[in-house]
Amino acid sequence: MTSTPHPAAELPLQQQESVVIRFAGDSGDGMQITGNQFTDTSAFVGNDLATLPDFPAEIRAPVGTRPGVSGFQVRFSSADVHTPGDQPDVLVAMNPAALIVNIKDLKPGAIVILNRGNWGEVDLKKAKLDVDPRTSGVLDGFRVIEIDINARVKEALADSGLSSKDVQRCKNFYTLGLMYWLYSRPLEPTLDWLAKKFAKEPSLVNANQTALRAGYNAGDIHEHFQARYEVARCDTMLPGTYRNIMGNQSLALGLVAGANLANLPIFLGSYPITPASDILHQLSSYKDHGVITMQAEDEIAAICSAIGASFAGHLGITTTSGPGMALKTEAMGLAISTELPLVIVDIQRAGPSTGMPTKTEQSDLLFAVFGRNGDAPMPVVSCSTPADAFECAIEAVRIATQFMTPVILLSDGYIANGSEPWRLPKMEDLVPFPVTFRTDPEAFQPFSRDARGVRPWVKPGTPGLEHRIGGLEKDADSGNISYDAKNHQRMTDLRHQKVQNVADTIPTPAVYGAQEGDLLVLGWGSTYGSIRSAVDVLLKQGKKIGQVHIRHVWPMAKGLDQIFARYRAVLVPELNMGQMTRLLRSEYPGFSFVSYPKVQGLPFTTAELVERIEKALA
Amino acid sequence: MTETSILTKKDLKSDQEVRWCPGCGDYSILNSVQAVLAGLGIQKEQLCIISGIGCSSRFPYYMNTYGFHTIHGRAPGIATGVKIANPNLSVWMVTGDGDGLSIGGNHMIHMLRRNVDVKILLFNNQIYGLTKGQYSPTSPTGLKTKSSPYGSVDRAFNPIKLALGAGATFVARTMDTHPKHMEQVLLEAANHKGSAFVEIFQNCVIFNDGCFEGVAGRKVRDERTVDLHAGEAMVYGEAHDKGLRFDGFELKGTSAAEAGVWDPSVLSTAPATVLAELDGRQDLPTAVGLFRRVNAPVFDQDVHAQVRAVLERKGPGKLKDLLYTKDAWTVS
Ligand code: SF4
Repeated sequence: MTSTPHPAAELPLQQQESVVIRFAGDSGDGMQITGNQFTDTSAFVGNDLATLPDFPAEIRAPVGTRPGVSGFQVRFSSADVHTPGDQPDVLVAMNPAALIVNIKDLKPGAIVILNRGNWGEVDLKKAKLDVDPRTSGVLDGFRVIEIDINARVKEALADSGLSSKDVQRCKNFYTLGLMYWLYSRPLEPTLDWLAKKFAKEPSLVNANQTALRAGYNAGDIHEHFQARYEVARCDTMLPGTYRNIMGNQSLALGLVAGANLANLPIFLGSYPITPASDILHQLSSYKDHGVITMQAEDEIAAICSAIGASFAGHLGITTTSGPGMALKTEAMGLAISTELPLVIVDIQRAGPSTGMPTKTEQSDLLFAVFGRNGDAPMPVVSCSTPADAFECAIEAVRIATQFMTPVILLSDGYIANGSEPWRLPKMEDLVPFPVTFRTDPEAFQPFSRDARGVRPWVKPGTPGLEHRIGGLEKDADSGNISYDAKNHQRMTDLRHQKVQNVADTIPTPAVYGAQEGDLLVLGWGSTYGSIRSAVDVLLKQGKKIGQVHIRHVWPMAKGLDQIFARYRAVLVPELNMGQMTRLLRSEYPGFSFVSYPKVQGLPFTTAELVERIEKALA
Repeated sequence: MTETSILTKKDLKSDQEVRWCPGCGDYSILNSVQAVLAGLGIQKEQLCIISGIGCSSRFPYYMNTYGFHTIHGRAPGIATGVKIANPNLSVWMVTGDGDGLSIGGNHMIHMLRRNVDVKILLFNNQIYGLTKGQYSPTSPTGLKTKSSPYGSVDRAFNPIKLALGAGATFVARTMDTHPKHMEQVLLEAANHKGSAFVEIFQNCVIFNDGCFEGVAGRKVRDERTVDLHAGEAMVYGEAHDKGLRFDGFELKGTSAAEAGVWDPSVLSTAPATVLAELDGRQDLPTAVGLFRRVNAPVFDQDVHAQVRAVLERKGPGKLKDLLYTKDAWTVS
């Protein structure tokens, strides 16, 4: 039976536009699953939403400690949302460590649900707390609800026959049930999911489903809350088919789609690295889509194998994060020099060096654009949201194959692990750009160029077109090795011009908000949602500001200068020390760019952007 | 002409002027490789030569085949990508002691461990030539070079032992001074399924002249080398009068009649390792020829076999199914 119990009739049902819940517990408490289930159910209900997981840096830090806290934030709304929200309205804290790590982020008056079952002396000590936060005053101003979830689950599953350890592992579904009650969500999607997930272990299906229902029913029975809430479906979502998607997932799908449109098989050479590994995991399961993956011995072999595959006529791809990018730079130069297509995916994380692998940053920008030996130009495309990663991946494949060039595709940890509803493209809207390999030996020169400056792609195995390529400078006409001074200038110019020619094929980005006025807020990458939210707040107040977001980081789209000219100044918020600002200043010296840098491993909040924009307008 | 000799040596010469130093051992290797490849019965467009950086790595430019002169030490990665993308190609990798064992040592061992079907020619001249004469990972301790004016204090790699240790399925050694031997070894390498590792003693006339003269020199080599053949007795000497025989984990010099029979296909790499350790310091000859040849799963074939198996089970995937999954919902 999968029926939802009837809601308590007595409690008032209050409508809310948008709610932010953060689930926090020990990394073994299943908070990611809980958050994902809440998200999927909210999607099912028709809310717009955005999510952000917060993984601990260690795989399993000691139980109950602050470093062991794992969190998942979900914002669900009846209106459009662009970020997972600045401040949670609700915190579910499964132990004292989870409370203390997250309390500072909460909205004043937020609901805090504490699991009293994990609140003993030992638990406080593990969280390095001398005083119980329930009595120390840190919870003043919040609506605190204490529930002994451990005991409730034990009661509910008394007849389950499971060991007490297994019983306690159902705590997260009890908690989820309670949240479903509080926000009037249906249980069916999670009940169904559990039935599938544990299909081979019926006792676990039963136990978790029972725990979920018990949590839900507890809302009625235990009078923890003074009200129940409802967040209506979002009516402003465009018609279409949607699915909730994380950035790494949609990026991987975009690569498959791009290869499909280019009519090429994929070869991915990759080395595991946080936060990019999920793309390798996902693509390695797509063998039925003609995807070949190789987990290489290191970052260098990863990109080199991809270059080899591209030479042999596949779409070579390599995926990594900052430290891996550093190792790949010499090989990137080889791909530039030999003019082979290649997609290099960089899921940026906080640096320098190993930095903070699970935290987000946008600090590889100038590295992506310029970070190679020699004058080595390469197009750079950047994703702005989890769903946008799909389109950007296709775009990277298009540029790589149409222009015979390696392309860097930038994403970051925030996009990679965040999720949002993705309006699926109609299949007929995906326009193919099939690759033609050269097979005609007549007058063949490996480095002859077409009108766009692009050389032919020849697969080894093609009779009569045997040729050699390499990293040494080539004669512009014959492609043979050349150390001629003038020829080197010419080849450098040709490589530069070819990359610039990409700009002829990219649209000028649209401006959101005021089309002219006092301030243009220019962003790139994962700051899109926070900037959009802040700009919306200020537009409502009648401010004359616009937002433009850069997808093509290099070369930049034409017509940007005309946009800049319509505003008094351009504010550039970014999660680095001002790298885009520097790029803009060198490319568009006639305009005034104001940098707004942040390097804390965290995205901008809407509030801090609103404040900064107001300051810029003053 | 037989049906399979579709190419001549000349067909494989490119129009590029060969620019090694006069007298360099690389010339004779190029000559032998061209002779062997021409006789393989493969069309020249099916041949692909991939190299790293160094004197030896100029090799692809001199071959009228597909070729890729890559970056220092990284030829194994690129060759692996090429071979996986197109397993029909005959892929040959040319490297040196610096390129293949120093900067590219990591890639080398992983290529051998995976058993990618690539033929690896390691030109060992115990020196860095292209950078003008620094000691390499195969230079003997004490070698005085530009970067070791008081003699190198490094210990040297034994390339054969490295390959054996990395799990190579074919390991052989030959000499630039002996084209006939070289061609025979190269042919055996070509016929092997999987990675074939061939160390070639190569003389650098400029920076390390005569480094193998005491072993591979025309006048001494019959006495100073023992040529390992599968199933043949380990006999050497100008008069074929001397031999080698295992005594536990040691080799003993014997008469030709008492020489042991060499088997490069035994499970253990121990006998081949003992033979590789003969380096002229003992009273015994240095071993050349075939150290190891075993059958093992071939990486590039298995990669495709796995793809085929999944395709057979699931059928060719459709992009639409990847995008439009069961958890999708419709907003109208
Ligand atoms: S430096 Fe030595 S190895 Fe290099 S080409 Fe000259 S002789 Fe040959």
